[in-house]
Amino acid sequence: MRIAARVPSFTPARPEEILKPAKPWFVVLTLALAFLVNTLPASGVALALKPDFVALVLLYWCIQAPRFVGVGVAWTLGLVMDVVDATLFGQHALAYAVLAYGAEFFRRRVLRFPLWQQAAQVAALLVACAAIVLAVRLIGGAPLPRWTYAVPPIVGALLWPPLSVVLQWPQRPRASSSTL
Amino acid sequence: MRPIHAEPLPFFHRGPSPLARVAFFGLASIVLMFVDARYRTLEDVRHAAGSVLFPLQRLVQMPGEAIGGLAAYFASKRDLEAENARLRTELIAQAPAAQGYAAARDENARLKALSALRAQSAPGAVIVHVLYAGRDPFTQKLFVSPGAEAGLVPGSAVVDEHGVVGQVTRVHPTMAEVTLVTDKDQAVPVKVERSGVRSVLYGAGTGRSPELRFMPPSADIRAGDRLVTSGLDGTYPPGLAVAQVMEIERDTGQMFARITAAPLGGVDRSETLLVLAPPAATPPRPEEPADAGASQKGGRAKARRGR
Repeated sequence: MRIAARVPSFTPARPEEILKPAKPWFVVLTLALAFLVNTLPASGVALALKPDFVALVLLYWCIQAPRFVGVGVAWTLGLVMDVVDATLFGQHALAYAVLAYGAEFFRRRVLRFPLWQQAAQVAALLVACAAIVLAVRLIGGAPLPRWTYAVPPIVGALLWPPLSVVLQWPQRPRASSSTL
Repeated sequence: MRPIHAEPLPFFHRGPSPLARVAFFGLASIVLMFVDARYRTLEDVRHAAGSVLFPLQRLVQMPGEAIGGLAAYFASKRDLEAENARLRTELIAQAPAAQGYAAARDENARLKALSALRAQSAPGAVIVHVLYAGRDPFTQKLFVSPGAEAGLVPGSAVVDEHGVVGQVTRVHPTMAEVTLVTDKDQAVPVKVERSGVRSVLYGAGTGRSPELRFMPPSADIRAGDRLVTSGLDGTYPPGLAVAQVMEIERDTGQMFARITAAPLGGVDRSETLLVLAPPAATPPRPEEPADAGASQKGGRAKARRGR
């Protein structure tokens, strides 16, 4: 009972809760995990649905921990993704850098909304990110992709609320034992 | 009364503004993309980054593989028996073909020995396992292991038990990148098995069927024909199954027929592939005859025809 009262429940943080600053190692760990999930083997429908987890987690930390994660970190991670995906060097880097800038720009506003409305704004950012990649590829001579190209950013936005709950959980203040 | 500082306190100083940063990094990415696309000088950087990243990736994929292995270990005896029976029937079903193949191979070997021809494809194929498929929807790529450590070189043909899957396009120390025959930039020289008509099969990108381009409407091709490699390019050994013709649109108003084909190899299914050894070097292109350059106009026309 005592432990249950001290650990916050697995629900979205209430607006009045002040989150503790994120620990750098937790930021690095979640970004690394997202990178590895991105490269897990997938095929068929799973591949068509699979959102860009790195972009999603990056966006979360750009919004929640701008002191640690900004345009520079996003750009570096983009280069890493370019190596792993064997895409044009700098393609993901450009998209992620713009994504981080968008996050910086929208940061203060996004946080005022409940998670579902945040997801709508996140969808806009992720679609912009995908549009940059699309523009680069079209300039490079690729044909227009099918409509399924728009699915992963939307899936990513739908994953925003659960992802936020998981990522903010360690930062939520624990009730001190004196208040019990 | 002290004046209020116009500049923020150093305590709050956070470097250049986000806009300046995104401009700098955006410019850097555009330069990188340009250099990578035009000059291909960043392969070393890619290899260096890859040799750090790919072992990490393997490490993460290991638990999943271990769980899969454990599940396979505890697969019930009945499943195994059923699979065994199925494989045995398949083996019997394929026996005529296999025996025919052996006979044809022997005959081939005899003929080659007679004409003292050197075998074009050297032995030394490598079995590779698919690690993951590329996430990029604009290209069709697979990432396989092992890579350069097993002697893979860029350009080798990759096949599975049903047919050609693609070609090795980039080799890292522990893994390799395979461009599938369905990729937009991939072309495989083929011929129709039935009639011997030669053509080139072009990939059309994600979700679209590869097609034979530049074939006249009168070409001897029917729906259902099997396309096999012609071996004319010095990359794919001749006679490997590549695709089956699905649909032919013959419009006499058009200069070319529209022919789509379905790949026979499991480009999106197979997990174990075979990388064939690169064929022995093809003989060098013969010198142009000396008189070809005598008349410049004629020489240019000849060069164009030669292409």
